[in-house]
Amino acid sequence: MDQPLIQFKDVHKHFGDKRVLDGINLSIYPGQITSIIGKSGVGKSVLLKHMIGLIRQDSGDILFNGKPLVALRKKEREALKKKFSYMFQGTALFDSMTVFENVSLPLKEKSSLQREEIGRRVQQKMEQLDLHAIDDEYPSQLSGGMKKRVALARALVTDPEIVLFDEPTTGLDPIRKSVVHGMIADYQKRFGFTGVIVSHEIPDIFYISQRIAMLEDGRILFEGTPEEIQHTEDPVIRQFITGLESQRDELTGLASQQAGDRKFREEMMRLRSHQIAFSMVLLTVQNFDQINETLGRKAGQTALKNFALQLQRHIRITDTCSRYGLNKILLVLSNTTREQARAFCAKLGREIKGETIMAFLPRPDVCFTVGVGIVEVQRGSTIESILAAAEADQEKMYEFRVCS
Amino acid sequence: MNRSEIIASPLAALGRYAIDLVREMGSIMIFFIKGFALIFSLPTILSKTAQQVYFIGSKSIFVICLTGAFTGMVLGLQGYYVLVKYGSTGSLGSAVALTLVREMGPVLTAIMVIARAGSAMSAEIGIMRISEQIDALETMSINPIQFLVSPRIAAALVSFPLLTALFDVIGIFGGYLTGSILLGLSSGIYFSRVESSVDMVDVNGGFIKSIVFAVVVITICCYQGYYTHLRSDGQGAKGVSLSTTSAVVHSCVLILVTDYVLTSFLL
Repeated sequence: MDQPLIQFKDVHKHFGDKRVLDGINLSIYPGQITSIIGKSGVGKSVLLKHMIGLIRQDSGDILFNGKPLVALRKKEREALKKKFSYMFQGTALFDSMTVFENVSLPLKEKSSLQREEIGRRVQQKMEQLDLHAIDDEYPSQLSGGMKKRVALARALVTDPEIVLFDEPTTGLDPIRKSVVHGMIADYQKRFGFTGVIVSHEIPDIFYISQRIAMLEDGRILFEGTPEEIQHTEDPVIRQFITGLESQRDELTGLASQQAGDRKFREEMMRLRSHQIAFSMVLLTVQNFDQINETLGRKAGQTALKNFALQLQRHIRITDTCSRYGLNKILLVLSNTTREQARAFCAKLGREIKGETIMAFLPRPDVCFTVGVGIVEVQRGSTIESILAAAEADQEKMYEFRVCS
Repeated sequence: MNRSEIIASPLAALGRYAIDLVREMGSIMIFFIKGFALIFSLPTILSKTAQQVYFIGSKSIFVICLTGAFTGMVLGLQGYYVLVKYGSTGSLGSAVALTLVREMGPVLTAIMVIARAGSAMSAEIGIMRISEQIDALETMSINPIQFLVSPRIAAALVSFPLLTALFDVIGIFGGYLTGSILLGLSSGIYFSRVESSVDMVDVNGGFIKSIVFAVVVITICCYQGYYTHLRSDGQGAKGVSLSTTSAVVHSCVLILVTDYVLTSFLL
């Protein structure tokens, strides 16, 4: 693995008698999204504020590219700070400035761009975040969700290299929550920034993160990939994740990833004891990014939600349909062979009508393309190996063309 | 508690208080030096300074005219009845003008600006602190002192002497209103005494005072708001209200103390 971009080495922080960070060891790798999860009040925001120097540690080292922050010269520190952007939990918008002034402030104060160019960039970011015709409004006139999106626009307007998000989606409705998560993931892919997100949104945050760190009692209890944390046996972590994770995915109404995993284990036991075959089908909306780009993220999320609704109408009561990623849905079909699963998918392709998914969209010439990977599960297989096989098996199942 | 501890404890408390006081004075001084040094980062702060000149200066004109007029009028009234006992009503112009130019003008202008703009400044910066807006500036690599404090210091250095001059002129006309128009003193005598008694030294002294008061008022008011989160006696909204009160009380008291010190040097 690369050298960590930011590294915490035995960092301690007290506030009066309260010990908040008690020997933090954590690595943030470049070009990845790392999410910090943990109970409320455990010190996640404090940890994030250490990264940008808003709070100084009592002891221990914070290294940037292997260099301790304290050893940097003032100019080096200033230059480093310019690479950062921070989105506050309470938005921290300037309440005496309009939305436009808020978003344009970092460019106006810290760049040599012309006024027209600043205006263009601000408008572009605001449109991408679905913020229309509110340039002259003040933050106090906006809803909580809008304020969050304005804060996000302000954090991203400078195209930063490292973005720290402090609970970016708290208080948003499920569609906008998915829009913001999708946007963070998409921007990260496009610009390759390093993202650190403090969040409670489990399991949504697992879909967009490459690494997860869990903070507990002032220490990092877990550091690893989203897959590792979901399959850990540590009782404290399990209790935390299952406690937060709802049985249903908020956006699509499908079963959660955990519920999908549980169903897989049950079916595997049946296969072992009674030799009852079962199959798994991985559905991937292949042109999800294209839909988001051409029609907007809100339209993309709504189409996915409609598709999930249609799917649920077609599966049997014994099957489980769970969300497995930003654009992935996993079906666990009990008592089904590969051939039966294939026939079932073909039937889905015939019966799910494009109009119901795409009819609301302003441009009817965009397709909703779903790829399908079918695997009949063999005894002893792990869910990871099945998912990998299903990914490899992806073939174009059907394509909807909605014309007015 | 033994005898030595009983004797020592009030002394220790006094010592702690003295150390805290000196530390805070030092921290206010450093705060001012940082803010003042960044005034020269033109033209970045030019437009913000203009906005503050409007807020501290232009918007205070009405209240300064009002207080100036009534202060001059009451000085004219009181002065006339005192001077009439000694048969020297002709000196009314000198008495009113010198009192205003040397003392009342700078002091009352400063106190009125504290009441109108200083308290608002302290509350505004305090709210920005508690709602993390100042932290947000830092994360954008914008120096909060340069952004919030320096334009206010620059604007106060421009506005205070001008407001003081306005106060003095309106006050002198206020004295004329009561002394000459109401009580019958010759307007020629009034204005000739004003002209003959007020020297450039008096005017300069008044301006020096107003510049020092500008520094004191803005530094104290901004400092109280900027560090409202470090208060031990109140957090959040209560902290902001206490900071605003402290800003007004501390700057008013300091204005009177500084006035005495400056007068003793200038005379």
